[in-house]
Amino acid sequence: MEISNQSITPLVVTRSFPGRYDSLASIGDFIRGIAHKAGLGSFAAYTVEMAVDEACSNIIEHAYGSEDKGQITCTCKVTKEGLTIILEDHGRPFDPDLIGAPDISGGLEDRPTHGLGLFFIRQWMDKVDFDFKTGNGNRLTLFKKRQASPESKPTKKR
Amino acid sequence: MEITHTQYKHCDLVKVKGRIDSYTAPQLAETFSKITEDGRFKIALEMSELEFMSSAGLRALINTQKVCKRYNRGELVLVKVPENIHAALDLAGFIPLFKIFDDVLTAVGNF
Repeated sequence: MEISNQSITPLVVTRSFPGRYDSLASIGDFIRGIAHKAGLGSFAAYTVEMAVDEACSNIIEHAYGSEDKGQITCTCKVTKEGLTIILEDHGRPFDPDLIGAPDISGGLEDRPTHGLGLFFIRQWMDKVDFDFKTGNGNRLTLFKKRQASPESKPTKKR
Repeated sequence: MEITHTQYKHCDLVKVKGRIDSYTAPQLAETFSKITEDGRFKIALEMSELEFMSSAGLRALINTQKVCKRYNRGELVLVKVPENIHAALDLAGFIPLFKIFDDVLTAVGNF
């Protein structure tokens, strides 16, 4: 299905993936496909793929604590405004505010090796909402705006 | 992800293709560890066919750079960095920490 830049049809797709690191490539393929349908430009699509990849890695590592503990459910909503992605897990509540922003200005030896994932999510998405009080796992909502610039236009294949 | 490793007299060239994420980054880290455990600390990473790199990949780069630069014995340099990945390196503040080259010959010649 091809959607032109002018007439984005609202679309909702949900898929679940096993909470394993080898799911990340399939999740990435899924997100790239949806980002294309949403009319995001290639760089915008990359930022969404990266944000989702970081979030899913965090779910496996922190919410579930290890691989094979539960599913990651990924709901994508394409609207006129852009692309919303909701990631849900059934792991431990994960409070992102407990993880501070990494210091990215220091010398090599002082560079932190963790906390960068959340930093990318917060920097690259237009809206980020963590809900870890659902009583049953976590729900992370990411939103990326569609830009009207020529760079963002999807390539039409007919 | 696909890794090829070529050992030259003065340095090691590692070419990585495809996708570096939490699943594949450990393989890249292991490739780097094998080189440094061999006492070799001058490494060029060719990234032209790398499609995606998450923070797990950034961690492998920074950890390897720390090992290589210790005692001024070498460094990890990056070659042909794709635009999207360059934007990620820039956002993470990695640009001042790595030399970046446009071609393999210059990168290898730098050592």
